[in-house]
Amino acid sequence: MDSASLIFYLLATLLVIASLMVVFLRNVVHCAMALVSALLLIAVLFVTLQAPMIGVLQVIVYAGAIMVLFLFVIMLLNPAALEQQRGLWWGFGTLLALMLAGVLVPLVATNDLPADPVAATELFGSPEMLAKSLFNDYVLPFEIASVLLLVAIIGAVVLAKREN
Amino acid sequence: MIVDLAIITVKAALVVLMVLNLAGILGWVERKGSALIQDRIGANRASILGFAGMGLVNTLIADPLKFLTKEDFIPRAGDRFLHTLAPCMALFPALVTFAVIPFGDVLNIGERSINLQVANLTIGILYVFAMGSLGVYGIVIGAWASNNKFSMLGGVRGSAQMISYEVAMGLSVIGILMVYGTLELQDIARSQATLLRDLMPTWLGFLSPLIGWLPAWGIFLQPLAFILFFTAAVAETKRIPFDLPEGESELVAGYHVEYSGGKFLMFFAAEFAEIVAVAGLVTTLFFGGWQVPYLMRDGFHFPWGGTLLLPHLLIVLLQVSAFTIKVVFFCWLQILLRWSVPRFRYDQVMRLGWKMLLPLALLNIVATAIWIVAAQ
Repeated sequence: MDSASLIFYLLATLLVIASLMVVFLRNVVHCAMALVSALLLIAVLFVTLQAPMIGVLQVIVYAGAIMVLFLFVIMLLNPAALEQQRGLWWGFGTLLALMLAGVLVPLVATNDLPADPVAATELFGSPEMLAKSLFNDYVLPFEIASVLLLVAIIGAVVLAKREN
Repeated sequence: MIVDLAIITVKAALVVLMVLNLAGILGWVERKGSALIQDRIGANRASILGFAGMGLVNTLIADPLKFLTKEDFIPRAGDRFLHTLAPCMALFPALVTFAVIPFGDVLNIGERSINLQVANLTIGILYVFAMGSLGVYGIVIGAWASNNKFSMLGGVRGSAQMISYEVAMGLSVIGILMVYGTLELQDIARSQATLLRDLMPTWLGFLSPLIGWLPAWGIFLQPLAFILFFTAAVAETKRIPFDLPEGESELVAGYHVEYSGGKFLMFFAAEFAEIVAVAGLVTTLFFGGWQVPYLMRDGFHFPWGGTLLLPHLLIVLLQVSAFTIKVVFFCWLQILLRWSVPRFRYDQVMRLGWKMLLPLALLNIVATAIWIVAAQ
């Protein structure tokens, strides 16, 4: 086994452990911190796959912003009050997991992977490539997404204003 | 292979030790500097055989010893694991930020040329923001794990403040990235070697005799970005005038009220390491990094004519010293700021971040874009 796959299996094992901790830990804040470590491990995985830009964006967006807001909400609400409907969530989670398994199992079973995978070039996932595809090839979806975000922001402001 | 590994290890160790040492010395500067500003004597109690060394013995030997020998108190109703983890999470981002900040150009020893920067990342500045965005966990988790209402209030204030100012800080740097056209901090530092007259469009040629001799440092190309970045960065370090998360007059000590001994020392060290990181970033982005004006790879080339050739090692030494002097200056400026201005009210902090810094940063981006198109 070469060092690259050794690192991959190490990261993958840690990632699985962190993800299991997200599900099985009892304290909600501990779960959130386990999710943060899982997201950081995914970022490291991106870095090992020659995509440092995507790895760093993963840290900035998910670990640095979204999870902080998660924690914020968990701390302002009472975590103990959130654990009332465990049964309902277990059912919902099992259903989602079964649906995901229904997609993944046939994919892995048929082993229909590219026979000759191409190594990523140095420019893959670089800021230049990302900007080119975002602002040339996909400029319309990009603009539509930004309008969608703007609508969400205005909606949030309107909802917050209505209360007082 | 072994030599490369050794070089990287030495560079990383050198940078971490430099940051930690500077952070420790800043603790002394803060004590003695505040005494100087307020016309007091300051720390002078501890001495070894009668030698107090301007309070150095007090702040560099007696204080850490006292911190480390104190009881490590963990609130009974708190969370033991996260309470211990939080100071580490505060210190870690502050220390690793310096990995992408170049402290010199290339050092040639024999056949080998060493880039004086720990990690040469193509996405340098994004890495800085990624690590900066992790800094908020230290205070949020520390506040929650203490299970104390004052801590909690400090943590909530801190997280809201840090998220708000991250936005303004990120946008204020965009202008610099547009001007230099790279995300890599070593490239940004190298680009600042040119003179302003080389960058001027022909229709601005009449200004060339006036300001053309200035080096193309970020402060001359993006003065507004410097003010915005520095303000937002000071807010990110949570120091006066932005120390609402601590606010000792209203929240006792805010998010670290339940910390004592070594763990409090880690929060303390994280604050000073952040000061050093901010100083390093400001130096690299706006004040030429390791550049000495007119000093090229072979010696001085003055814009008014004349060259002064220097040996390679002396040039590297001059560059590293220039970087150090600039960083120390900006550390001192931040400490001076702390003892010069009063604390903001919380609504003022939010208004400054969202209603002044953010629109000005956006304006700066638009103005820079117009300038770049007009200068072509």
